Amino acid sequence: MVSLQFRICFIPSHLKLQLPVPRRSLDLKLPPRALSSAIKAATVNGHPGEDAGFLRGTAVPAGLRRESMPRHVAVIMDGNRRWARMRGLPVGSGYEAGVRALRRMVELCCKWGIRVLTVFAFSSDNWFRPKVEVDVLMALFDRGLREELQYLVSADVRISIIGDSTKLFNSLQALLANAMETTSKNSKLHLIVAVNYSGRSDVVQACQKLAVKVKDGVIEPEDINELVVERELGTNCTDFPHPDLLIRTSGELRVSNFLLWQLAHTELYFTNSLWPDFGEDEFLLALSSFQERQRRYGC
Amino acid sequence: MFSLLCFLSLQKSILERVREAVEGKSNSIVMRLFGSSVSYIRGCLFRVLSVGPVPSHLAFILDGNRRYARKWNLGEGMGHRAGFLSLMTIMKYCYQLGVKYVTIYAFSIDNFKRKPDEVQAVMDLMLEKIEGLLKEERIIKQYGVRVEFVGNLKLLSDAVRVAAEKAMRATAVNSRAILLIAVAYTSTDEIVHAVHESRLDIGEAKGVIKVDDVEKHMYMGVAPDPDILVRTSGETRLSNFLLWQTSSSLLYSPRALWPEMGLRHLVWAVLNFQRVQPYLERRRKKLM
Repeated sequence: MVSLQFRICFIPSHLKLQLPVPRRSLDLKLPPRALSSAIKAATVNGHPGEDAGFLRGTAVPAGLRRESMPRHVAVIMDGNRRWARMRGLPVGSGYEAGVRALRRMVELCCKWGIRVLTVFAFSSDNWFRPKVEVDVLMALFDRGLREELQYLVSADVRISIIGDSTKLFNSLQALLANAMETTSKNSKLHLIVAVNYSGRSDVVQACQKLAVKVKDGVIEPEDINELVVERELGTNCTDFPHPDLLIRTSGELRVSNFLLWQLAHTELYFTNSLWPDFGEDEFLLALSSFQERQRRYGC
Repeated sequence: MFSLLCFLSLQKSILERVREAVEGKSNSIVMRLFGSSVSYIRGCLFRVLSVGPVPSHLAFILDGNRRYARKWNLGEGMGHRAGFLSLMTIMKYCYQLGVKYVTIYAFSIDNFKRKPDEVQAVMDLMLEKIEGLLKEERIIKQYGVRVEFVGNLKLLSDAVRVAAEKAMRATAVNSRAILLIAVAYTSTDEIVHAVHESRLDIGEAKGVIKVDDVEKHMYMGVAPDPDILVRTSGETRLSNFLLWQTSSSLLYSPRALWPEMGLRHLVWAVLNFQRVQPYLERRRKKLM
């Protein structure tokens, strides 16, 4: 393992794609203590009754344990531009390939019974990218949403947007609002798309809302605690706001201001695959790694 | 590279050092000469590393002490003591390398859920070490270290809290290096505390809180954001530690348990930091 790490880190980045993604055997058996921890994790959000619905009618792939599947998966979809540069394609092609990878991910989550998928589509820091690139991205959001809305409806996927959408152009805002309303009754998978999102800003806006509530006399200052703050965060649109698993592609080992509060006890998984190349095999590896983890929540 | 690996693997493990101290071998001339040579080579290695950017703030989640004790049949509580030895060594390496801020996750608010005798053992160890620190002050004086205890100290017992406050006062004049010990800490508790303090600070009339207001009142407001967050024992999660401050930090999770953490892991973390630092620096300048 040490020699593999040396090989990955001292080769120039443009050659990294040629290295094999390390694969682990999927037939590892966890000791009983880890299994009970995994079952406890499945009920961590305090909805034991949900487990019956969570597990029913899902086809979990071979090698994975149904009772240890994560309920909420978050993804930082990194590496689209690098993917395009490696192939000598324009950056827009990288983003389009990223949208196709997202579609695959949504299909897999529906198939395997994952309830919530949160994706980091556009960070508030990304406005500093070249304007041409940002315009391409916004146009892609617009086109992607129009083309895929019918699929989302038919697949029983509910879409929600978190982040400050007021900076987006008006037609895109209207489209997002329409998509959220059209799919609001869907329940198989909740797709949360973070657009113009920053974890710090999410926490600050929650605190601002609470400050206003205190000023209006709705709550007392001493009643402000962690649960109260959490109810004001952008992820209050779902019953499972805490991701069980965060996947970041392209080999970068950081969280980049995504879902800061909500990641308190999330298992992090980093892979060298670029986002457009992230498919079923890579997702299986991530889930297998998740199922090997022992989640203790401080105990 | 091979000779570097050999050198790094020569760094004694914590267990070997404990055994030697018990058997009285550490005073032999040969061992002292060996120790001096290793220190010299380590100093040369740090000088080479310092050619590139050196992280100014390293944060550590000290995971794996209990597993270490079980692995070596050390008995209840001994894992944390072995972890303390490892902490002294890693602190020494960090300050020799030129890292100004070192933050350690000594005890989380969630850890109060552990067995009462384990919690008490950790508290007793902390009290013993803080009092030892105040008596001897060897590393503190040698490196001019200021100690800060960050967290909800009201949750600690009076004895530990008073000792911690005494240690902070005693080292307040030092400024070459800062050791932040997160005790009774979770990030979510820190943020709620910062919100309460911001409200009191800006007054109820305005009712508008900004990012700077929250950051100013964080327990960790005394230090910049960490450049690297290291979590030992192979677990890759943040466990409610520095969630706000590590949004752009490099995350590194070696498989070694905390008492097994050695120079080679530190060097590896710094090398990875040096690889990504130019990109992060350019990004930080754009966002300013």
